[in-house]
Amino acid sequence: MNNESLSHIFVDAFLINNFVLCVFLGMCSFLGLSQKFATAWRMGVSVMFVITVSSVLSYAVNLLLVQLHAEYLRLIIYIIIIAATVQLTEMFIKKASPALFRELGVYLPLITTNCAVLAVPLFQTSRGYGFVQSTVFSIAASGGYCAALVLLSLVRERVALSDVPNLAKGTAMTLVLAAILSMAFMGFGGMGNGG
Amino acid sequence: MSELSCHGSAEPAITAASNPFRNGLWKQNPVFVMVLGMCPTLAITNSVRNAVSMGLATTFVMVCSYGLISSIRGLIPRQVRIATYIAILATAVTVVDYLVKAISIPIYVALGAYIPLIVSNCLTLERAEAYAGKQPIVKSMLDGLGMGFGFTIALTMLGAVREVLGAGTFLGVHLFGAHFEPWVLFLLPPGGFISLAMWLLFFAYWKERSEKRVAAREAAQSPELAAMMEAGS
Repeated sequence: MNNESLSHIFVDAFLINNFVLCVFLGMCSFLGLSQKFATAWRMGVSVMFVITVSSVLSYAVNLLLVQLHAEYLRLIIYIIIIAATVQLTEMFIKKASPALFRELGVYLPLITTNCAVLAVPLFQTSRGYGFVQSTVFSIAASGGYCAALVLLSLVRERVALSDVPNLAKGTAMTLVLAAILSMAFMGFGGMGNGG
Repeated sequence: MSELSCHGSAEPAITAASNPFRNGLWKQNPVFVMVLGMCPTLAITNSVRNAVSMGLATTFVMVCSYGLISSIRGLIPRQVRIATYIAILATAVTVVDYLVKAISIPIYVALGAYIPLIVSNCLTLERAEAYAGKQPIVKSMLDGLGMGFGFTIALTMLGAVREVLGAGTFLGVHLFGAHFEPWVLFLLPPGGFISLAMWLLFFAYWKERSEKRVAAREAAQSPELAAMMEAGS
């Protein structure tokens, strides 16, 4: 059992070890979907929803797996839970807001292949978080993902208006921007030692 | 396929005649050309040893699971194909997870959570969807092998830059003597972004230069054609 305080877990996952900029999770969608602010925040919020739901479900299923001494099935079960949650989210959004569903369309199934989503249940298991700790961790981690995505999309919207050398157009430019953002987040590292 | 390619970049069509193994090695290098599988590419490349082991683990997963996916591709209903691919990949990854643990504990600790995360590496799923789900077994396995080695090469190139600049060592051997001040930034997360950006810039520059050379050579061979093209543009 892990005795970290909830506030420490939250700050750690949200800022100090930001999932995208410091631990390199969810890179593909971070680089691919950060062109426009409108898409970025919608994607961020749907990922937050999927991560929180799948984290709670995996916590429950992991208890069952430990009872059955079948820990080696963990990875397979977790990924199936995530795929099911994504499917559920898709159905929920389709029912609740058909307009949003049309806008997100292609991006929704992509959440399954987002490594940030799989990493949350894996980390919470390996660190031995309890139920409340897991939930706080999943909200903080996915919030950090959402924040990073939104920040990069805002920067990229501005950069799109400026004159970039031909060579650097595309991924290289995005990576340099991400590097600068990541350096800024390194500054939060100092907060980690006190907690 | 396009719905799965995480980066959304247009991928040149694979010609049936091209060798699937060599294709992945360089022409469609998963990291430098397709920009897939970014998470391990950036996270694990702070030393050459980690980069190579990560690349080989991914290669193993890809070859095994693509063989299996390709052999049962006729039985998988279209609606559940992605879930099936993921379940097969997850099985192969679980095998690798225990395998690495058995071979070397230090490497297992260094790679940490990134071994189970091979499942959700967009590269593995994207190739399963784009290639292994449609092609015969041997070709799919060759594709997995080529892509895996291409991935390993790219990871090693990144790892070499980061280890040499960030720690002054290559595979743990000191290169510059005692006076070298390590450029620690390259071992930290921003260094991963920067070194990948630098490699991409280098390749873009290289491509542009060789294209210019080809154009210059053609212009030298046929001045009339060049004049016509210039007039046209």
